[in-house]
Amino acid sequence: MSDIKSDASNGAGSAGESVDKGQQLTQFQLVWRRFRRHRAAMFSLVVLVALTLFAFALPLVWPYDHGVYREIAGNQSPSWQHPFGTTNQGQDVFAQTMRGAQQSLKVALTVSVMATGFGALWGAIAGYHRGRIDAVMMRVTEIFLIIPLLVAVAALGGNLTGGTTWYAVALIIGLFSWASIARLVRGSVLSLREQEFIEAARASGASASWIILRHLLPNAAGPIIVAATLLIAIAVQVEAALSFLGFGIQPPDISLGKMVEGARTAAFTRPWLFYPPGLIIVAICLAINFIGDGLRDALDPRQTISRR
Amino acid sequence: MLVYTARRIAVAIPTLVAASVLVFLMVDVIGDPLADLRSMQPAPDPATIAAAEERLYLDRSIPERYWLWLTGLGGNGDIGILQGQFGPSVRGGNYVIGAELWAGLHVSVRLVSAAVLLALGLAIISGVISAMRQYSKLDYTLTFVGFLALAMPTFWLGALIREGGLWINRTTDSTFFYTIGANSARVDDMTGWQYFLDSSGHLILPTLTLMLTSYASWSRYQRTSMLEVLNSDYVRLARSKGVRYRTVVRRHALRTALIPLVSVTTVAVAGIIDGVVIIETVFQWRGLGYFFIEALTHKDSFAIMAWLMLSGFFVIICTLIADLLYGVLDPRIRYE
Amino acid sequence: MTEHEAEGTHVKNHNHEDVVLDVDDLNVTFSSEDGPLHAVRGVSYQVRRGEALGIVGESGSGKSVTSMAIMGLLPRTAKVTGSARVLGQEVIGLNDAQFSKVRGQRIAMIFQDPLTSLNPVHTIGAQISEAILTHRKVSRAQAREKSVHLLDRVGIPNPEQRVDQYPHELSGGMRQRVVIAIAMANEPDVIIADEPTTALDVTVQAQVLEALEAARQETGAALVLITHDLGVVAGHVDRVAVMYAGRLVEAGTVEDVFYRPRMPYALGLLGSLPRLDGGRDHRLTPITGAPPSLLNLPVGCTFAPRCPMARDVCRTEDPELVEAAVAEGERNEDPVSRHRAACHFSGDLVSATPEDLFGSEAGKAGASAEPTGGAPVPEAGRGPEPEVGEPEPEGREVLLRAEELVKHFPILSKGVLKRRIGEVQAVSGVSLELREHETLALVGESGCGKSTTARLLLNLVRLTSGEVHYMGQPIQDLSDKQMRPLRRDLQLVFQDPFASLDPRMTVSDIIAEPLRIHREANGSAKRRVRELLELVGLNPEHGSRYPHEFSGGQRQRIGVARALSLKPKVLILDEPVSALDVSIQAGVINLLEDLQDELGLSYLFVSHDLSVVRHIADRVAVMYLGKIVETATTEQLFRAPAHPYTQALISAIPLPDPVKERTRERITVTGDIPSPADPPSGCRFRTRCPKFADGLSDAERTLCVEQPPELLDRGAGHEDACHYSQVVELF
Repeated sequence: MSDIKSDASNGAGSAGESVDKGQQLTQFQLVWRRFRRHRAAMFSLVVLVALTLFAFALPLVWPYDHGVYREIAGNQSPSWQHPFGTTNQGQDVFAQTMRGAQQSLKVALTVSVMATGFGALWGAIAGYHRGRIDAVMMRVTEIFLIIPLLVAVAALGGNLTGGTTWYAVALIIGLFSWASIARLVRGSVLSLREQEFIEAARASGASASWIILRHLLPNAAGPIIVAATLLIAIAVQVEAALSFLGFGIQPPDISLGKMVEGARTAAFTRPWLFYPPGLIIVAICLAINFIGDGLRDALDPRQTISRR
Repeated sequence: MLVYTARRIAVAIPTLVAASVLVFLMVDVIGDPLADLRSMQPAPDPATIAAAEERLYLDRSIPERYWLWLTGLGGNGDIGILQGQFGPSVRGGNYVIGAELWAGLHVSVRLVSAAVLLALGLAIISGVISAMRQYSKLDYTLTFVGFLALAMPTFWLGALIREGGLWINRTTDSTFFYTIGANSARVDDMTGWQYFLDSSGHLILPTLTLMLTSYASWSRYQRTSMLEVLNSDYVRLARSKGVRYRTVVRRHALRTALIPLVSVTTVAVAGIIDGVVIIETVFQWRGLGYFFIEALTHKDSFAIMAWLMLSGFFVIICTLIADLLYGVLDPRIRYE
Repeated sequence: MTEHEAEGTHVKNHNHEDVVLDVDDLNVTFSSEDGPLHAVRGVSYQVRRGEALGIVGESGSGKSVTSMAIMGLLPRTAKVTGSARVLGQEVIGLNDAQFSKVRGQRIAMIFQDPLTSLNPVHTIGAQISEAILTHRKVSRAQAREKSVHLLDRVGIPNPEQRVDQYPHELSGGMRQRVVIAIAMANEPDVIIADEPTTALDVTVQAQVLEALEAARQETGAALVLITHDLGVVAGHVDRVAVMYAGRLVEAGTVEDVFYRPRMPYALGLLGSLPRLDGGRDHRLTPITGAPPSLLNLPVGCTFAPRCPMARDVCRTEDPELVEAAVAEGERNEDPVSRHRAACHFSGDLVSATPEDLFGSEAGKAGASAEPTGGAPVPEAGRGPEPEVGEPEPEGREVLLRAEELVKHFPILSKGVLKRRIGEVQAVSGVSLELREHETLALVGESGCGKSTTARLLLNLVRLTSGEVHYMGQPIQDLSDKQMRPLRRDLQLVFQDPFASLDPRMTVSDIIAEPLRIHREANGSAKRRVRELLELVGLNPEHGSRYPHEFSGGQRQRIGVARALSLKPKVLILDEPVSALDVSIQAGVINLLEDLQDELGLSYLFVSHDLSVVRHIADRVAVMYLGKIVETATTEQLFRAPAHPYTQALISAIPLPDPVKERTRERITVTGDIPSPADPPSGCRFRTRCPKFADGLSDAERTLCVEQPPELLDRGAGHEDACHYSQVVELF
């Protein structure tokens, strides 16, 4: 099938030329144009924006926060005042859900940025140098990969003396999730570095850091962005699972996992306690996964080739 | 092949040693198993604390303790992984870490083996169907189901399935599903058949949960690699010979498409271990997951370390098996 | 024209049932993001029993898509209309079950890339047997026996052993023979071969074409040979059809199309082809511009934007493929093979040469081609006349000298362990000199070490041993930092115009990058980039565009501009035109020649293509398995090659001239290139050497086996490394 594609694409190629003649598109615009065509991804983006507003903006105007209020009657069914009801202790579940979503997103974004940044650099350096440097660096990542993520995070979180705040949780999750990014980036760098444009830079006298920063990382941006997106979903899940097991964010603060843990037997008796935190997690992860899928399609180098 | 296996194991050993250092740093150095004891009110006798410290080797320096934990040389005979001793438990002398681990393993293996086999089969089938009918309604549906399963937190899905089982039990006023533990309380007076039925009944819901969580990512993977193979030149050549499409898929595409699946074993096994911990918590199984959570709650350093080493060991072994399997599936790889 | 008359009468005896493949008004449309893409438009042709039809076209012309449509192998997204009848049976629109009975049985196909065509996890025997068992009720043992027979027929030695091997244990040439054996398996009536030798080396190509010939004879099948190589077509088919932008634009007998082209495109193709039998002084005549987009086809004749004789009617009315204007008495009455062309003015071409039509590139052709819209950036040729009266190359200063270069690459085991399990002797003692303002070509087949040698000269790959001197200074031990100032003088141009430009950078940034690395990117950089773009014949306004917006030829010009940005003295050109289509390639070759004259550059031209080398080089060094086997001036080498390998290489290159190609004397080699990890003892060529096989006594052979021949001067600077060298005149 490859030749048909290249056959056809060569034709399409010159198309790109004449179509883009008047309106030159930057790389970003091209990606965005393709992303917009992915309907599920676009819808998910809207959902994610809505969720972000729900988590960060709505608490500013909501009358309650996640704490215990003496004026809130405990154990109430949903009402206009308390859309998701109240807990036994007299907390507004709606406010708790917002707070939980906020914590989840904060942790997940931090993890994603930290782990992706570090992992991408680590993988790019290992892949560019190959040989012994690569062997040692990848051995290190392997060690981080063989201990399951949640387990490792739980061991560290559960063992940590003193309270666990959201940034401590983010740090711990980040510590154990950079390795998979590093491995992925190394893989694409290994094939990229064989491309002739890298050799062209070397033939002009470019240094290793020049090549890594100006050529390898920008060209590996597609898979890196996709992986960073998917890491957000993973981090949301791990953070929630950690709280569910009791080793994450500690009371009086709240997290979606903790809420599910409290309502784990209420799915059929008081569903308003059980479903909101779970569904928020599902919504975040589903949206992120679809966005990742859309980004993959929009950034896929093969798609770029077919537009030549 | 044998030589390769041996050499490959030899390579895995430094990885395990390095992992042990990491585990030790993570658990022993950071945690303090006696934190609860020390903060007790009223404050316990300093002699009690000192005795506990001595028993748990907390009076030694960090490098000394690591060496002791690894080799057991200079200890009281209850420590040294290389000698098969995992160290003393903070929970007292009656709690032997090795024996408890073994008991837990026994329980967990049941859950894992059933779920993995089912998930693998399901993932391969749905991946293949999705790839063959790319962009059809069926493909979209399967994709969505996969994404949904991927997006559901395991603990929430587990709790939902468990409550669902309970609800069915309640509405039908019978015990279709068991939702607590790996077996009923009294198994001693059961016959072999009854024991099997009882175990199977307890297995259904947890297995379903673990299966769903593993299935999601694997089927996506299978679909991608299947698509790649279906678009390959040799599938085209096989079709140009006049072989029917279905036959081509079975004979030419399936086997080669399985090869990349092998390469995600490391991640997959790690994912299963994570899943086991959560699912055992939800369904209150007393397996390895329970062991781990208990160890963490008690800040039982040696127990946590033993558990982490065991899971690392599992991941490495499974990766090794996958590597060897690779050679069986792909004649291009030769292990000499 | 007795030949034609004879053919004519012969033809009249055929009735229509002799047509085994009848394609009528075939159209293929793909849907793409940017709208429908018309890959094939109204293609009609017929093939008679036992006949060979060549379909020639450049990439994107739709030649492969046409055959995939006939085979029913296009993806479901492709919309196919029209008709294709195999032995009278309509195949367009058949379902998988119905099609399976036709495929393999009546019509078989051979694909381009033998490395990916066979399933890596099944033995080749199983894959041939599968083809037999699908259509015949025979036992597995019988199918296996037949497989062995077929392997033998396509020239695979030891077929009994080979039949149980996996594809990866066979070389590319061998695998392509296996694919041919699969196509033969059920004695089909038509075999479609889609670029069957494009991925192979020339000496192997000759062998595979022979195997294809054998397959035709054995099965009596008609052959549809799809290729971009006019030389391959000239020697192996009876009739030719030329495709351009999804349409057939000319069709007829080989002689008609090659000697009397009636469509400007076909004429242009012939003129832009560097020829092995042509001289160095002969300037190529490229076709300006690039093929149109299949998404956005021009109204009227699709070739009009590039055609120097296009008139108003060409831009409004698409010419039909009709009988071409022929001289009196040349008329061919046969409805299948008569000469047809799609041009409004085919009559004007009766006595035209490519030079007449496309000759003055910079003049009217370029100007008239520009505004019609197909090609965005006109590839304006530049053509100052070469200077005369320079000293002979021998007298000039030596810029780059290599002495006894050796490079061994370790072979690492697969998997995690990466143990060293052997060594590839990529380069084994290569010495050469590159003088000021000369072009030295380094020629050889894949795996001979020519590209590695090029990189060793630039210190991009570390030497195992040997020395490289640049202007007398040894450079092999310099660190990357110490090399940096020298890199200004020594620059590299690459093969793949798609991979050699960073897709995330604008063209300006790409060209200015060397300036930035050397910290020269001050205010003048912008001006320099414009100068360079203009120098290589691109529009300087296009610097802000991205590489994907340019065609292959234009990208290659960008690569040249980048290499020139630091004003180098030496350009090392690694297969600079081998990835380009012929019509584009000629423009780049002319550009390189002009730049050399204008800027006084020295070229080391690495290539596998002797025709291009003959055209551009002053001196040639032929490499085989890591060693230079012959060096001479271009004239000496082509007039009187001395080494058996050079002779075989020259013989293997097909000439785009049907009569010459069929009658020329050939020196052929057998077998594949041995692995550089385990080269033969003594003379490395002896395992394939025709002289060693036939022309030597046992005593003489011992010398070849035991003693590696040295590169010795046979007079006038003509050196060869053969114990028994003997010049042969091939033209």
